[in-house]
Amino acid sequence: MSDTLRFAYYPGCSGQGTSIEYDQSTRAICKALGIELVDIPDWSCCGSTPAHTVDHVLSGALSARNILQAESLQDVRGIITPCPSCLTNLKTASHRMRDAAFKAKVDSLLDKPCRNDLPIMSVLQVIYQELGPEAVKAKVTNPLTGLKVAPYYGCIMNRPPEIMDFDDCENPIAMDRLMEAVGAEVMPFPLKVECCGASYGIAKNEVVTKLSGKLLDIAVDCGAKSMVTACPLCQMNLDMRQDQINRANGSKHSIPIFYYTQLIGLALGMNGSSLMLDKLFVNPSTVIREMKASQAAAAS
Amino acid sequence: MDTIQMSHSVDAEFIRQVEQESGQNVSLCYQCGNCTAGCPYTEFYDIPVSQIMRGLQAGQRDKLMSCRSIWLCATCESCTTRCPNNIDVARIMDILRHMARKAGKTPEKEVKTFCDAFLDSVRHHGRVFEMGLMTKYMTRTGRFLTDMDLSVKVLPKRKLAMTPHNIVGKKSIAKIFERYNREGGE
Repeated sequence: MSDTLRFAYYPGCSGQGTSIEYDQSTRAICKALGIELVDIPDWSCCGSTPAHTVDHVLSGALSARNILQAESLQDVRGIITPCPSCLTNLKTASHRMRDAAFKAKVDSLLDKPCRNDLPIMSVLQVIYQELGPEAVKAKVTNPLTGLKVAPYYGCIMNRPPEIMDFDDCENPIAMDRLMEAVGAEVMPFPLKVECCGASYGIAKNEVVTKLSGKLLDIAVDCGAKSMVTACPLCQMNLDMRQDQINRANGSKHSIPIFYYTQLIGLALGMNGSSLMLDKLFVNPSTVIREMKASQAAAAS
Repeated sequence: MDTIQMSHSVDAEFIRQVEQESGQNVSLCYQCGNCTAGCPYTEFYDIPVSQIMRGLQAGQRDKLMSCRSIWLCATCESCTTRCPNNIDVARIMDILRHMARKAGKTPEKEVKTFCDAFLDSVRHHGRVFEMGLMTKYMTRTGRFLTDMDLSVKVLPKRKLAMTPHNIVGKKSIAKIFERYNREGGE
């Protein structure tokens, strides 16, 4: 295995659409932090939730094709992805393929069998474990002092712990520590791993407005002026559907929902447009202006 | 509360099948209720997850195959993570849904239609085409106003591609589905 931080990168489908700002900011900060991302050649969809609710072998094969594609790359330390849904599918497929009978069924759906020997991690895990908050802090030129943020991990970045094997399954802290490292004020948020309503925004909208509404309510009650996420679906539910949530629940929330990669990027001195802050639905400019004002007040 | 006449309705083959496909021992559940206590979806379920586990132990095939809960489980992994007996409850929920699909039971039609439209998109393009997925979902369900309020917000953001992202190897994806169907899938 290579010593350099060179990884096979799996962007995930939403990274080309609804979470394009996550993909863009992930690529930008990885470059700045010395993590080399090599796109998996001709990667395909992992099947997300729909595949595993139809069949586990089909779901395994859709993930395994990507593992197979990654195995064609030289000198990569493993596969990494920003998206927890892609991550859980890739890791679950890889885990279940340790069972020879399951692997044989998956291989029978593929053009050729995969080796299944590459470690699979989230980009968050690599930044947190391979670099660490101190190394990130050392590169900060624009600390986010005064930004009150609630870190929201979503349900599957860390669960189930036997498969995801990263951080704490009830009270994860990786994003908390990284946000502290870039100078933000991290609010104690008890619903870090509660479900946002997942992909039911379309088919069962009331599920999302109820569950995501609770997340926004509690985050605000905890003193947060913004939330930070690591999951495209969580971000979309909280941000794009915030008006729907307000209408359904009679609330008046207007809090920006950042990707952690955007906030790290800001702290590393990147500008808002390169991090695609303009793609967020709830405009973050007020929160950013308030943060700068409090920094100026503290400096004077 | 429903009363179940156990002498007539226990389907031992159903229990065996779920155990085999999920790799779980369902008799380990001692009804502590931890799964239900942590389940964010209980308020939307017709049967709470711990009662699904109990029904499973009692071999209640018909009741479980037609329940709405198995279609509303989002696989958030709370139940699996918190089960004191290490039962992978979310995996059992998935297996029950697989079996219900094969039995043609779909009490939550919109959920099934969304999943089918998503996988059709993957099968045809290799990656999900978000605009195409929405169009197909709305056409199939007749719910043409789904997320209409969002379209005025989303389109100006230019996040959504108007054409699909076809991958070079999309035939290899189509083949995965073909082989799966040939081997007894849907």
